[in-house]
Amino acid sequence: MGWKSEKVRVNILEHELVPRHEVLSAEEVVELLRRLGIRPEQLPWIRASDPVARELGVKPGDIVRIIRKSPVAGESIAYRFVISG
Amino acid sequence: MRGEVAVSEEKVVKGIKFGLLSPELIRKISVTAIVTADVYDEDGLPSEGGIMDPRLGVIEPGQKCVTCGNSIVACPGHFGHLELARPVIHVGFVKHIYDILRATCRHCGRLKIPEEELNRYFDLLKRLEGRWPLLARGLTDYVRRKAMKAMECPHCKSRQFKIKLEKPTSFLEEGPGGSRKLWPTDIRARLERVDNRDLKLMGHDPEFARPEWMVITVLPVPPISVRPSILLETGIRSEDDLTHKLVDIIRTNDRLRESINAGAPEVIIEDLWDLFQYHITTYFDNEVPGVPPAKHRSGRALRTLAQRLRGKEGRFRGNLSGKRVDFSARTVISPDPNLSINEVGVPEEVAKTLTIPERVTPWNIDELRTHVLNGPYRHPGANYVIDPSGRRIDLRYIKDLKAIAENLKPGYIIERHLKDGDVVLFNRQPSLHRMSIMAHIVRILPGRTFRLHLAVCPPYNADFDGDEMNLHVPQSDEARAEARVLLLVQEHILSPRYGGPTIGGIQDYISGAYLLSSKATLLTKEQVSELLAGSGYEGPIPEPVVLSPKVLWSGKQIISLILPPDFNFRGKANMSAGPLRCDDYECFWDSYVVVKRGKLLMGVLDKKTLGSQQPESMLHWITKEYGNSFGRKFMDNAFKMFLRFVEMRGFTMALDDVKPPAKAVEEINAVVEDSKKKVAELIEQYNEGKLEPIPGRTMDESLEIRIMEVLADARDNAGEIATKYLDPFNNVFIMARTGARGNVLNMTQMAALLGQQSVRGERIRRGYDGRTLPHFKPGDVGPEARGFVRNSFVGGLSPIELFFHAAGGREGLVDTAVRTSQSGYMQRRLVNALQDLRVDYDLTVRTPSNSVVQLIYGDDGVDPGKSSYGNAVNIDRIIERVVGWKL
Repeated sequence: MGWKSEKVRVNILEHELVPRHEVLSAEEVVELLRRLGIRPEQLPWIRASDPVARELGVKPGDIVRIIRKSPVAGESIAYRFVISG
Repeated sequence: MRGEVAVSEEKVVKGIKFGLLSPELIRKISVTAIVTADVYDEDGLPSEGGIMDPRLGVIEPGQKCVTCGNSIVACPGHFGHLELARPVIHVGFVKHIYDILRATCRHCGRLKIPEEELNRYFDLLKRLEGRWPLLARGLTDYVRRKAMKAMECPHCKSRQFKIKLEKPTSFLEEGPGGSRKLWPTDIRARLERVDNRDLKLMGHDPEFARPEWMVITVLPVPPISVRPSILLETGIRSEDDLTHKLVDIIRTNDRLRESINAGAPEVIIEDLWDLFQYHITTYFDNEVPGVPPAKHRSGRALRTLAQRLRGKEGRFRGNLSGKRVDFSARTVISPDPNLSINEVGVPEEVAKTLTIPERVTPWNIDELRTHVLNGPYRHPGANYVIDPSGRRIDLRYIKDLKAIAENLKPGYIIERHLKDGDVVLFNRQPSLHRMSIMAHIVRILPGRTFRLHLAVCPPYNADFDGDEMNLHVPQSDEARAEARVLLLVQEHILSPRYGGPTIGGIQDYISGAYLLSSKATLLTKEQVSELLAGSGYEGPIPEPVVLSPKVLWSGKQIISLILPPDFNFRGKANMSAGPLRCDDYECFWDSYVVVKRGKLLMGVLDKKTLGSQQPESMLHWITKEYGNSFGRKFMDNAFKMFLRFVEMRGFTMALDDVKPPAKAVEEINAVVEDSKKKVAELIEQYNEGKLEPIPGRTMDESLEIRIMEVLADARDNAGEIATKYLDPFNNVFIMARTGARGNVLNMTQMAALLGQQSVRGERIRRGYDGRTLPHFKPGDVGPEARGFVRNSFVGGLSPIELFFHAAGGREGLVDTAVRTSQSGYMQRRLVNALQDLRVDYDLTVRTPSNSVVQLIYGDDGVDPGKSSYGNAVNIDRIIERVVGWKL
């Protein structure tokens, strides 16, 4: 939300180079962490100040799922743990 | 333990904690105070209380340590200490001191943040520590920066002044009456006042590192084993750099103390103090910016503490991450096509030095006896015998080897010579690859070089222009087993990078394969026998293809004999390009390879089918589908056959092969003249301003681009003419077409003309003002003046052309030199970043702390080394294998 003017504000989530981001529900979080056998901070991190995280409105402690197009696997899924900063 | 069995306690290192030595601790670990600057007395014995005091550790072998009673091997050395007349700053901690001074009150020593805020931060820090070390660091940074801003202490309300760091070790306080130097005593007093809890908030651990310990009052004097003196041949002692520096420190310390005691004027004391600070600073680090390095008498800079640890040859990178090793050898390498690709030829001289410890058992005792009998100087011998009590017998000094040999019993260990069939690791630097270190099977050979098969040159990137390689002998059964199973050359035929073969035919192997598989090759019975004998084939000879007037076999028939009987393959040959191109099996040029049920039905074998680093080649499928062992055997046999055939037929390169006929020369001249005319026209158009510019370019640039185009065309056309007139079956042409060596451009440059030489992608224009050489007029932009070489290597270059060619060639050399250093550093950083990552059993990529890096390795969990050029499965190939062949 660095833009002051409403007119030029763009939703970056709709940009074609930004992969799909979604916030995980509490059940999904539990399932994921159980599957990987890790604590949330052992996932890769994303800062809450990251433009995409701000646009999504996530808080530190949330986990974000990123669904990307992959040249080798068609679709690849990654997770990010939101940290403050 | 009341007579019970002694059980040694198992201790596990849980972690390492770094901290500072407190003055008390330094005195506690010290065995003696250093009180005199004298190193040796009149008798040449080390002085008591001097820098070489015997209590600091054993110097000479055979002595017993005064402090611990151990001999030179076991005595670890002991620290001494030196009481400093005045404290000095430790250079390594200047930054920390500066930060603490600025963040705390000059009067009461508290962190300059209000009490309740402090409590809040402290609670937050407690919660972040442990679980969020990164965030905790961020908090301490924030707290420190915030405290520095306060110009009045919120606790005692005293005014604060700005503190300046005068690099490297002086601090100035800018008070109201001008700036004042803070002496280490002042600084130490302030640091002593800082509260423990405040220190924690600034990111320090006061229990292990109180800030006042960063100002040195007592200097630890390292043991002599850390700074050994060397006895020169002349009998003169040469002291270590550190000892020299310590003597300087002690001298200055004494002078400083005397001046203080004598009540010398303040200025003199301060000058001495600065000198003292200088000596201690350079003792720790002799490369501090802004400090002139302490020099030896000869002018060489001293190598003090920091220099010993830092950099490529420092303790960490030079002695801990990388060490010199025993059981290794290095010499020049040379080729031997008669070895297996799994083997390495080892000179006898090397084999007699490198040993393998072998335990005597009832099954090998007879063999080991013969080794012992041969002794250390006859080849399959032994250098040492270790008896069950652990005593080492050096066979060099044993007269009666027979007695030792007879005495052997199970339980003895023989350190026998390296012999045929042992595994060793073979390596060529730079080791950029997994394949840069592979295991080979030893073959003892006469001579003084390591011998290796030519097909393993590509993975090592080796050639024989003087390359040297290293050889290591694994010493344990476990290591040897691992080498045999995982590291053997045949296990590396398929690259882990893309799954294709890294090892394969090169140069003459490819020429040979082509010539043998060519349609024109017909062989007599004698020739067939020789080829098959060379390849180790044992089996029936097939029906000949020609019965009359003589029985003859085709080369393809002979090759088919060593192919697996159920092997199917089809693909284009390297030759299949240009006019000889074929995309399917209806191929007039024989450039489409078809193997059906192990018979080479059509097509010639060349680089695309047999070459190294050629994915989806015949060699690739053979190794992948029939196993590494079979692939290796195939290469051993087939390559020997190809070489035998090249030798039989004869293969060479002569001037005639690249000398174009007179008619071709005429045509080439015409092409060149024509281009020159075109260039002249372009230049004229440019001068008249009529040249049509290329969009986005200036007139000058347009002219250059146009000229380059014309000249590039000239070279291509000339090359085409030359190749047209050359015999397509001459040896150079065969090598270029099959991919054995060289390409069409090389041929063009030999036969027709070199063409435009370039530096930085432009025509050459550096040199004098407006011209490249004094032979030209300033401003001449014609082809000759800008590095166009119209002669060929065969025809010979004019002096000016030679100069331009050298200029272009030099750029290539410089580029490679620059590129290697840059990519080397990049590789180092990448390896350091990635070396500890692993693919777990659930296919996630994880760090050693079990954090996830990738949810599934490479997004698809495919091991590229087992894939087919990156794809998990190659469906076409599977169909081809199962169905066999359409039709």
